[in-house]
Amino acid sequence: METNQVDFFPIVMQLILAAGFVAATIAISNFLGPKRHSVNKDKNFECGIESVGNARIPFSVKYFLVAILFVLFDVEVIFMYPWAINFREMGLEGFLKMGIFMLLLIVGFFYVMKKKGLEWE
Amino acid sequence: MSNSEIKKTDIKMAETPEGYEGNGFFATKLDTVVGLARANSLWPLPFATSCCGIEFMATMASHYDVARFGSERMSFSPRQADMLLVMGTIAKKMAPILRQVYEQMSEPRWVIAVGACASSGGIFDTYSVLQGIDKVIPVDVYVPGCPPRPEQILDGIMKLQDIVKNESVRRRNSPEYKELLASYNIS
Repeated sequence: METNQVDFFPIVMQLILAAGFVAATIAISNFLGPKRHSVNKDKNFECGIESVGNARIPFSVKYFLVAILFVLFDVEVIFMYPWAINFREMGLEGFLKMGIFMLLLIVGFFYVMKKKGLEWE
Repeated sequence: MSNSEIKKTDIKMAETPEGYEGNGFFATKLDTVVGLARANSLWPLPFATSCCGIEFMATMASHYDVARFGSERMSFSPRQADMLLVMGTIAKKMAPILRQVYEQMSEPRWVIAVGACASSGGIFDTYSVLQGIDKVIPVDVYVPGCPPRPEQILDGIMKLQDIVKNESVRRRNSPEYKELLASYNIS
């Protein structure tokens, strides 16, 4: 079947209608709805209690490194579960492969220790 | 599902407002449509300080089911709430907090004072208790009782629905409303 660009016109119309409907309802409700602004109203909602200080303060993200390391070693443990179940079937070969895998991660673990990644202070 | 099957269920639809009906169209006032929509989707902001709050928990739960009235979603932020339900004793120290919560609600907003304490201070006729929340914020519906039964709270909500249905869309811009807020020192 031959198609040309004019055949897509209804789709374009539909897109315009869809976007237009969204824009129009937002605009109309904005126009119709009552509004009120005051110093008290535009404050952050703090359960009605006067807010103290600024929320935009720098704070330590030390837990970030700990969290990432946790995920890393957590995944290692997940890999060990299927290995434990198939321990007999996989035999010596599986043991060696898992040994290499864990050795690599243990090297990483000692690297983290050396870099003092787990020290909180 | 055929039409007759739908009728057998107990789904209650909102009544069609008065208007001009013709073949394939229906015309009515904007006030009515807006009122109908608002009245059937009043999102409550529970402000429960004592035993009336416990009654409201029953009202929210499945047996009394406030969701039947379009109040399914409890809003714990005033920004998306329409109906402030004050349930319980409001101490004078609590009054500014209640006022701030009310002020931070988005327009249009309505208030129900549930129970004797919120309505008038109740038995706590004492130096530390606010003698009715209408001392600090305008109230639309008062529900009596100490505490009121869930049916009474639902009745209060239905009374409020009547008020909301009949409210003009221009009411919140009217000088009377501005005067009312000014009398409470709310700008």
